[in-house]
Amino acid sequence: MPTATPISRVNDFVVRFANVNGSGSASANELFARAVMRMGVPVAPRNIFPSNIQGLPTWYEVRISEAGHMGARGGTDLMVAMNPQTFERDIGSIEPGGYLFYDSTKTLPASKFRQDITVVGVPLTAICNREYSDARQRQLFKNIIYIGVLTALIDMDVKVVEQLIGEQYKGKDKLIAPNIKALHIGRDYATLNLDCPIGLRLKKSDKVGDRIFIEGNSAAALGAVYGGATVCAWYPITPSSSVADAFTRHCAKMRVDAKTGQAKYAIIQAEDELASIGMVIGAGWNGARAFTATSGPGISLMQEFIGLAYFAEIPAVLFDVQRAGPSTGMPTRTQQCDIISCAYASHGDTKHVLLFPEDPAEAFEFGAQAFDLADRLQTPIFVMLDLDIGMNHHLSKPLVWDDARQYDRGKVMTAEELEAGKDFGRYLDVDGDGIPYRTYPGTHPTKGSFFTRGTSRDRYARYTEEGAPYVDNMQRLIRKFDTAKDLVPRPLQANSAKPTKYGVIYYGSTAPAMDEAIHMIEAGGHALDRMRIRAFPFHSSVNSFVAGHDFVFVVEQNRDAQMRSLIVNECGIDPVRLVPILHYDGTPITARFIAKSIGDRLDALTVKSMKVVS
Amino acid sequence: MTYLTKPKFHHPDLPKNELGYTHRDYEGTVSTLCAGCGHDSITGAIIAACFELSIEPHRVAKISGIGCSSKTPTYFLGNSHGFNSVHGRMPSVLTGANLANRDLIYLGVSGDGDSASIGFGQFAHALRRAVNMVYIVENNGVYGLTKGQFSATADRGSKSKRGFVNTDNSIDLVAIALQLGASFVARSFSGDKQQLVPIIKAAIAHKGAAFIDIISPCVAFNNHAGSTKSFDFVREHNEAVNRLDYMSSRMPIEVTYEPGTVEVVEQHDGSKLTLRKLAADYEITDRTAALGFLQQHAAKGQIVTGLLYVEKGPQDLHAHLRTVEAPLNTLNEAELCPGQATLEAFNASLR
Repeated sequence: MPTATPISRVNDFVVRFANVNGSGSASANELFARAVMRMGVPVAPRNIFPSNIQGLPTWYEVRISEAGHMGARGGTDLMVAMNPQTFERDIGSIEPGGYLFYDSTKTLPASKFRQDITVVGVPLTAICNREYSDARQRQLFKNIIYIGVLTALIDMDVKVVEQLIGEQYKGKDKLIAPNIKALHIGRDYATLNLDCPIGLRLKKSDKVGDRIFIEGNSAAALGAVYGGATVCAWYPITPSSSVADAFTRHCAKMRVDAKTGQAKYAIIQAEDELASIGMVIGAGWNGARAFTATSGPGISLMQEFIGLAYFAEIPAVLFDVQRAGPSTGMPTRTQQCDIISCAYASHGDTKHVLLFPEDPAEAFEFGAQAFDLADRLQTPIFVMLDLDIGMNHHLSKPLVWDDARQYDRGKVMTAEELEAGKDFGRYLDVDGDGIPYRTYPGTHPTKGSFFTRGTSRDRYARYTEEGAPYVDNMQRLIRKFDTAKDLVPRPLQANSAKPTKYGVIYYGSTAPAMDEAIHMIEAGGHALDRMRIRAFPFHSSVNSFVAGHDFVFVVEQNRDAQMRSLIVNECGIDPVRLVPILHYDGTPITARFIAKSIGDRLDALTVKSMKVVS
Repeated sequence: MTYLTKPKFHHPDLPKNELGYTHRDYEGTVSTLCAGCGHDSITGAIIAACFELSIEPHRVAKISGIGCSSKTPTYFLGNSHGFNSVHGRMPSVLTGANLANRDLIYLGVSGDGDSASIGFGQFAHALRRAVNMVYIVENNGVYGLTKGQFSATADRGSKSKRGFVNTDNSIDLVAIALQLGASFVARSFSGDKQQLVPIIKAAIAHKGAAFIDIISPCVAFNNHAGSTKSFDFVREHNEAVNRLDYMSSRMPIEVTYEPGTVEVVEQHDGSKLTLRKLAADYEITDRTAALGFLQQHAAKGQIVTGLLYVEKGPQDLHAHLRTVEAPLNTLNEAELCPGQATLEAFNASLR
């Protein structure tokens, strides 16, 4: 018997699968997560994977939460330990009272285990060797067999899993029966030989609603389809490659002319990131909606072009799926570490518009909106995703589109307007918002052409190296950036029920962990107003939020408190008032981390009455 | 200086083309390059070619990188949109622009520093991709704007104005273009307008990646004894393989030639390239032979010029991508946005 009381919980626990990369475990583990969703129980899986194709350790963490907490929680209640390489540390990460499920084919000494956990051994290798003669089959079906064991251990509805297997192999029907057989081999073994169910149980629920199970990169790419992107130029880089892959897939289904079979899009896998952003800028200059998808190192390579696009005022959309840097850093781990490098990308005086989606639904929404903003503001727009949003499946609100919505193509002067004699100055601010008119190449035989260059020019695009027109132009670019403040998605604010002097600012993939942490912080007796920033440049409400509190915590997933620096710099705020809460080990931030970090600091600030001893 | 505009008035009897334009309508602002620069002759040849082809000036997009050569698009086709982009990155900007609107004529202007050094990768990949364009390199073997450093096309053993001898091997962009699959490859000389103008016209009519390497002496930094890119050296070592007459599809061939001395190549749009052979055995549709011919003559210190290779029936990038006929930049919401019903089906597949 374990020395700690075994955990007993329904629909509220974390299962972690420890596997060897390339062993085919990913699809079995995803099947498990999908089955939880199909049982109506909110689920948040996260893939922790190495920069490797085969052999290195990989983990798949499934957070199951009836209450709907979708951030990473930290800790493991049930470890499915299938990787001998990491066995010891996997056992170490189990919560006291938790469960270990391992392959017991080879007997391990008692010293390998902990006294405060429940150990469940199933001789998976022996079962596979008995059932299958082919080595590859032994490996693949072993994954399904352990899912079968799990269905018995935590009392899952096996019909749901069978149904999913049927859907997964639709069209390859002969694979259905062997997979269902393997599932039952595992389930039957567990039912006959083990004490089922354990203290962790799944019960059918109705908390999933109409939500969908989708990766942020796929949603962002669909946003590009709906937003009217026609040109995609990209270079493979983890964790952004699946944006271009998904765009390719979505376009093949949604953007091919039914009659002619011709494509209403063009996708180029460029030779490098310099070429991909160059193509995007060329296409944007020529009036198409174009984007690239990349990660931090790609942003670094694109710097010169980004500066040109800012100065030459060319629409472009960049999806930056952030990963831990610098340089190659930890290419398969998540961070929010490109905030500064994107906000001020390039040489000279530059500032760029950044959007911070929190999840796939916003990745879709902002992904589409980015193209309107790029055309309206005639400038690069960065959609700041990260690996956690982009590459993990999330239970997300369904994606919606208003069919009455029209694209905002911004200020484009037409041949008719030129013909009618309308004054055209490419860099002329005609209505005070800092945004000039542009023409597409080829518009009119004798009017409206201009020369685009990175060097200085006057309001009519004529080359000049004079100081005054240069300053005039740079001032207009700042006016344009001010205009952007009211066009980009506003921050969302949620005030505590009790009045408080303290606030918290957060953004992007931190949102689900923050949503959960706030309950924990409040349970600790503290109150905190919250603001989720959704875009840069900052709306004026960011200033007033900070002004309205004594201290504001800024929670982010990088070492250098980059968003905090940006707020200090752009809003002119005393840095002392912004307290950084930083998580940057490459794993997604957890509610436990936030609650503890903020809770400890608030505890220190709280004056407690001392008990008077008489 | 470029802010000085040329006077608009011109002689009333200037010849007009089919569209009623004179060659003045194809000019740009006054050149700011050095007097006698080879690049200005190329500018003149581009103006002549576009005038003679009766191209609507605004249907051309002029795109360049950075350098002396990349400045020249300001000096021709003043009614065209131009884009002086980033050093060595003209090919990617042009590729993107071409994807956005397949109906314009794309004229990429670059130099040897821009294409053979910093932009060597983009040069290679744009040709590989068969972008429908005219890619001109104004090749002087030297960095002019930064005052006379060797470029990567400077021949080994050639001498700089300051007396340094180049010890690096040179890059022959023509040989590379042939190897990478450019479907139209030519080399010419800025000092030979008779040869250059028809080549530019044929390249514009060519529906594919057309590359023209134009040796264009730098009068300020690379026109001395010991240079292999000087006017004198190029004139003495020029080995022209053919003389080209470009005939548009509308023009009947009226000129008669000696039998066996002429080769006629019909292009995709029906235009005809009539080549008067100067080298008897030269076969311009044989890529491999062209490469061999180039190398044999390069070994003898000769500069092979003329239309060196043309592919019959080339396919461009849009054909490879199977894009719609309408320019992508003209598609609207109805054509691009799949709508809420499709989205609902998509949502349903993810539950």
